[in-house]
Amino acid sequence: MRKSKSLSALIFFAIGLFLLGLSNFVDELRAYQGAQVGIYVIAISSIILLTGFSGQISLGHGALMAIGGYSAVLSYNHWHFPMLLAFTFGAAVAALAGFILGMAAARLSGPYLAGTTLALAVGLPSLANQFHILGGEQGLSFDIGEAPKWIADKTGGDFTQYKWFFWISVTCTLFTMWFIKNLLQSRFGRTWRAVRGNPSAAALSGINIGRSKVLAFTVSSALAGLAGALLAMILGLVAPMAFTLTLSFTLVTGAVLAGVSNLGGSIIGALVLVVIPEITDAVATHLGGSEKISANLPGLITSVLLILTVIFAPNGPQLHKRNKSGKAKTQ
Amino acid sequence: MLILDTFLIGLSSGAIYALMALALVLVWRSTRVVNFAQAGQAILSTYIGYEVMNRTHNYWVSVPFAIVAGAAIAAFVDAVLMRALEKRSHKGSVSEIAPVIATLGLLGLIRSLTGMIWGNAYLQYTSPASGKGYEISHHTIPFSPQNLIIVIGALVVMGVFAAVFKFTNLGLALRASSFQPEISRLAGIRVDRIRTIGWAFAGAAGAVAGALVTPTTYLSPNSLDLLLVSGFVAAVIGGLDSLIGAVLGGLILGVGFAFILQYIGTSVTFSAAFFILIIVLFLRPRGILGSKIGRRDA
Amino acid sequence: MSGLLVKNFSVSHGAIAAVKDLSFTVGKGELAAIIGSNGAGKTTLLRALSGLIPHQSGEASWNGNSLLGKKPEDLVRSGVVHVSEGKSVIPELNVKENLALGGIWRKDKKDVALATEEVCELFPRLRERLLQSADTLSGGERQMLAIGRALIARPELLLLDEPSLGLAPLIIEQIFDAINQLRHKLGLTVVLVEQNAMSALKIADIGVIINVGSLVTSGPSQELLADANLRAAYLGY
Ligand SMILES: Nc1ncnc2c1ncn2[C@@H]1O[C@H](COP(=O)(O)OP(=O)(O)O)[C@@H](O)[C@H]1O
Ligand SMILES: [Mg+2]
Repeated sequence: MRKSKSLSALIFFAIGLFLLGLSNFVDELRAYQGAQVGIYVIAISSIILLTGFSGQISLGHGALMAIGGYSAVLSYNHWHFPMLLAFTFGAAVAALAGFILGMAAARLSGPYLAGTTLALAVGLPSLANQFHILGGEQGLSFDIGEAPKWIADKTGGDFTQYKWFFWISVTCTLFTMWFIKNLLQSRFGRTWRAVRGNPSAAALSGINIGRSKVLAFTVSSALAGLAGALLAMILGLVAPMAFTLTLSFTLVTGAVLAGVSNLGGSIIGALVLVVIPEITDAVATHLGGSEKISANLPGLITSVLLILTVIFAPNGPQLHKRNKSGKAKTQ
Repeated sequence: MLILDTFLIGLSSGAIYALMALALVLVWRSTRVVNFAQAGQAILSTYIGYEVMNRTHNYWVSVPFAIVAGAAIAAFVDAVLMRALEKRSHKGSVSEIAPVIATLGLLGLIRSLTGMIWGNAYLQYTSPASGKGYEISHHTIPFSPQNLIIVIGALVVMGVFAAVFKFTNLGLALRASSFQPEISRLAGIRVDRIRTIGWAFAGAAGAVAGALVTPTTYLSPNSLDLLLVSGFVAAVIGGLDSLIGAVLGGLILGVGFAFILQYIGTSVTFSAAFFILIIVLFLRPRGILGSKIGRRDA
Repeated sequence: MSGLLVKNFSVSHGAIAAVKDLSFTVGKGELAAIIGSNGAGKTTLLRALSGLIPHQSGEASWNGNSLLGKKPEDLVRSGVVHVSEGKSVIPELNVKENLALGGIWRKDKKDVALATEEVCELFPRLRERLLQSADTLSGGERQMLAIGRALIARPELLLLDEPSLGLAPLIIEQIFDAINQLRHKLGLTVVLVEQNAMSALKIADIGVIINVGSLVTSGPSQELLADANLRAAYLGY
């Protein structure tokens, strides 16, 4: 057990080194997109943790990302927290919000929870206009500055800001994945699986279902908060515009495309979300570049993908295959 | 005076929320799905009304077209999407949330489609009824002829629904098959078909909401998203299972919002929806009129 | 062949085989009692016959027309009516509406009115409670309502799933009396599923005894009632 843990840590470390090295060979845009993928991976994982492992749904993770983003920026700009501490603070505040929300959520079944979190996603960003400190519609700017000199010196060459974003995002992503992986193997992870598989049996065996759900919501929210802080970093600001309902829906889409109970799939989901606009841009330009088309094609494709996935592979591409072969055997 | 004004504002928006809540409740009762695509369906039917008005230059002609379109869209969604979903619903980990996700996907799909066809810019879908408040002894009240039309329109829809549900065989079949689909089938009712008709009624209610409220604002692919949330909150206040509850919930929410708007501020309105929802769910998880019997677990 | 024919009929719930290779026939106008203890597969059999669940193999036909692969609502329209287990009424509707439901699809509205009148005559307690919510009825009244609703469809074959379930002996007697009356008056063919072997076999022409999904024996009900071995093993009295 111990051995495999250190082995997996080593693997994560190796992947990290590889990705960071990779950043030397790609252009600015790709580095930026790489950072985006990392953020989506974290955000999608947070939904997978919640939905796939704890059986709760949230259409409001965009709002939790906003909470994380705003908290990180406020702590960085006003109280001059160091960057890492600001990110941690963002995650912590989101976790607190998630804890409160989770208390309500544990009592709600599917559609009620979906609607409540939807209301949160719609309502929360508009609060920014109510409080002066949140900067209203324009939001607050967030500039984490250049990479520290010692990193730039070590890697040689010019160390651009996008590359720096990429480094931070990749590091946070790997750390998150490693954290979730260990969490799922811990007592909590087993509890979630037990509750997910058979709630009444789990309750009989003495598992406190409510507490297990609240915990899942809290952890998931912390991750969403971290993703929100990172999103604020690459956007250079936090504003209501950045945390729309569309963002919340996009995350759910990413999670469904990933296969909601498959953590590794979050990378696929994130890639799809970043790649689709890229492809549709090309297609739209090819089609004559109408603004109407290019602005809406990504949404169209992701929505169609979402619908098709939920109809034809509701448990995600991988699991679906496994189900099929299982069925074939029993027949 | 101010209190009365505020109440009038709430009455008009409450009527719209009530229509949206009715649409959600109708679908929920028959299919046990909260149709998040309802806002999208209403937008699409409103765009169709907009097109008809561009051709005919007559708002009153365009509204019935929008209603028929709304009903047809909803029937199509049930007959194609929901049916496909049910056929393939596995026992997998997402089977419970699959309908929620499918309707979300549909919302996104309709939004992008309307954006592609009509663009994301704000369009004007205007009614000949004035949007300026009536004047009563030198005081302009915040209640315009269009607001009056909204309230009357909502009343007509509710009246028609009540009559159909209470006094016709179709209404009986609609109620029976949403309460107890299996027993209804054993009584000889074609529950699948009846359910699709129920969706059509819901679509029509949503279409009325869209066609009546849009002249007071603007038309864009997501201009009704907020209405979806309000409609949902109204439906939950009413118990999600009750048509009368949906109407009451809409009115309560509309008037409540108007007072919050008046006395606290604009920007909290939609966070207020969230807090009202949480409070209702904690105090009365089944809403003010949620039924005690025959309620399957969501 | 007229009447109900069930041949080599099997139904399963996933891996559980609930009805296994079952065969029996019920002649037109006969009353058959299907007897078996809890979990014997009686409900499963009826649900498969009325199209609520798919069958696995075998045949089932009514007057020569296969019952299989049809929707329950279509079978009702062709005269095969199933009153499901556990007081199959809609508690959210009142008594009148529950009855109306049975004839909603019928074209001959005059006959629907006539049939409703007949039901009220048969079960006067329903007439007294027409505007009362079905939720407020007693267990026996609900069972009467469920049977009444089925009658308004003018069935030829009536499938009744444990109408005596949870009722007091006196009420059971009333209900069985009504069933017996009905079939003589209307020439109904009845399949009566019961655990209550004694009361059911008393009014039945034939009995079919099943145990964990398989046929034990079938034959004229008087013979089954007289068979001491059967009594001890399956009929429980
Ligand atoms: N929906 C179901 N899923 C799985 N097994 C079932 C289901 N319904 C019934 N069974 C099983 O099938 C067998 C027969 O049940 P049933 O037909 O209800 O018996 P009866 O009506 O004679 O009491 C029992 O073992 C029961 O557990
Ligand atoms: Mg049974």
